[in-house]
Amino acid sequence: MSVAETTLTRRAVERASRGEEVKGLLFRAALLLSVSVGFITLGVLLVDVAADGGSRLSLDFLTSFPSRISPERSGVESAIVGTLLLMVTTTAFIVPVGVATAVYLEEYADRDRWWNRLIEVNIQNLAAVPSVVYGILGLAFIVRDPLALGPVVLAGALTLGLLVLPVVIVVSREAIRAVPSSVREGSIALGATHWQTIWKHTLPGALPGIATGVILALSRAIGETAPLIVIGAAAFTRFNPDDVTSDQFTALPLTILRFVTDADSEFKLLGAAAILVLLAILIVMNAGAVYLRNRYEQKW
Amino acid sequence: MEAASTTPTGGPGGLHRQRTPRSVGEAAIKALLILAAAISILTTTGIVVALVRDTLPFFEEVGVGEFLFGTKWTPLAGGNQQSFGVLPLIYDTLYLTGIGLLVAVPFGLGSAIYLSEYASARARRLLKPTIEVLAGIPTIVFGYFALTFVTPVILKGLGIEVGTFNALSAGLVLGILVLPTIATVADDALTSVPASLREGAFGLGASRMQVSLRVVFPAALSGVVAAVVLGASRAIGETVIILVASGQTASLTADPTQPMQSMAAFIAATSQADIPTTGKEYATIFVVGTTLFAMTLILNAISIRFVRKYRQVYE
Repeated sequence: MSVAETTLTRRAVERASRGEEVKGLLFRAALLLSVSVGFITLGVLLVDVAADGGSRLSLDFLTSFPSRISPERSGVESAIVGTLLLMVTTTAFIVPVGVATAVYLEEYADRDRWWNRLIEVNIQNLAAVPSVVYGILGLAFIVRDPLALGPVVLAGALTLGLLVLPVVIVVSREAIRAVPSSVREGSIALGATHWQTIWKHTLPGALPGIATGVILALSRAIGETAPLIVIGAAAFTRFNPDDVTSDQFTALPLTILRFVTDADSEFKLLGAAAILVLLAILIVMNAGAVYLRNRYEQKW
Repeated sequence: MEAASTTPTGGPGGLHRQRTPRSVGEAAIKALLILAAAISILTTTGIVVALVRDTLPFFEEVGVGEFLFGTKWTPLAGGNQQSFGVLPLIYDTLYLTGIGLLVAVPFGLGSAIYLSEYASARARRLLKPTIEVLAGIPTIVFGYFALTFVTPVILKGLGIEVGTFNALSAGLVLGILVLPTIATVADDALTSVPASLREGAFGLGASRMQVSLRVVFPAALSGVVAAVVLGASRAIGETVIILVASGQTASLTADPTQPMQSMAAFIAATSQADIPTTGKEYATIFVVGTTLFAMTLILNAISIRFVRKYRQVYE
């Protein structure tokens, strides 16, 4: 190869690699842009809601009932009480059922049996069913016959509970699986029965993980609007539900929806203020989950 | 109880297991656990029964062909104006989902590639949870955002002529809603590609971009497809954003500045409407529910298939 030819090739290679470099930089910039889309939207959304709703947030707003006509005197007390009651009732339902299912699948079920595989595939599928369809389920069987509860807190809690059960089950299973088998074997070797081992050793070890899963599930449930609309929960109530089985109720997402869809822009601002209340409850819940995870997470 | 413990059930050899109070208790507990696990099966059965029970009588009044191929969806209109063609509703659902995916697929996959191939471990630990925060925001908040910010400030600010309710705004925000789903699931798929593949490519002199696009991305393709399908299935089932920001008319229009109504939003709107619960008008809730349920079930089956495929290869 002549000297001239070598320099030519080298130039070509250099030009090509410079081209690659530019392409690489552009690609990197495009990726950074992609990541920032999510973050910028999150930021703009929060600032927008805070700017709209901040000035409407007051103690009066938190402790008054909603009004159809007068935005100045409207508040969200019944919605806050309804949401909190709904979450407590949902927890009472999803913790025993979700953990029991997770224990069964992890500690008892023989994966070669078709019915156990069916349960697993079924849970996977349930996680993908749109929430509005759970509303139809709640309407058909919980609000009406055979349970015939009517649109009360318990009906809402059972509907939302069924909706988020897959989350509780999946996370609890992971937590149970993370408890090392040496713990179980030690217990069995000392003469404990299968259930004693689960109750005294496996579940306590898995508790932080399970608690995180429950909070995760509740933070999904608390923002759900569609199922509550379909089961016929009220948009507004001028009283607090004091019984989960007999009173009509409303919840924050429903009251927000009612405020936001009002033609009066004053009401829309109240919607933003109510969103701030909902987000504040969510932040407290998630902070709780992070705290639990950091405080009690065990390294085996 | 005592009787149980003193009566051996085994033969004279005594080799069989005895029924002690302990073993009876254990069996009872197991039965309770199975009962709890059965609730999930009961849920699915309940959904199917609830949907089908009210769907069948509907088709005694409205023809299947009219429903599936009719191009006018005005079930709540009176007299001659009433029509039960579901096509506009399905079309609008897919159209809105399409706009959403136009936003969520490029930016979601871009985020996933950045997280798995470019970000430092520290940046990743910070970025991924923040993206998940976006996924945890209630959809009603997104609905508010679409109605009071995206439509009046962004779209009108850009000089696009839109009404208060339009598909464009709802679709774009729908994209933001499913972006984190696509980003996190695709990121899981990309990170599960073995490091040896990357190292091999780097060793041959490939750039980071070439490794990302030509080695890692194709290797994780089935997981990436699963992520997109999962995102699509979430978008199809979303209710509130569309209910709030896209209006309440289903129409076969190609113009995104017009109002549109998805299946889920129709179900919610009709549940709120003041109509008698016995007629075929009310039954549309269940009929459209069946259609929606079937569509998401099919999408989910596809996604599970793809996820299995990439698990088989690398785990």
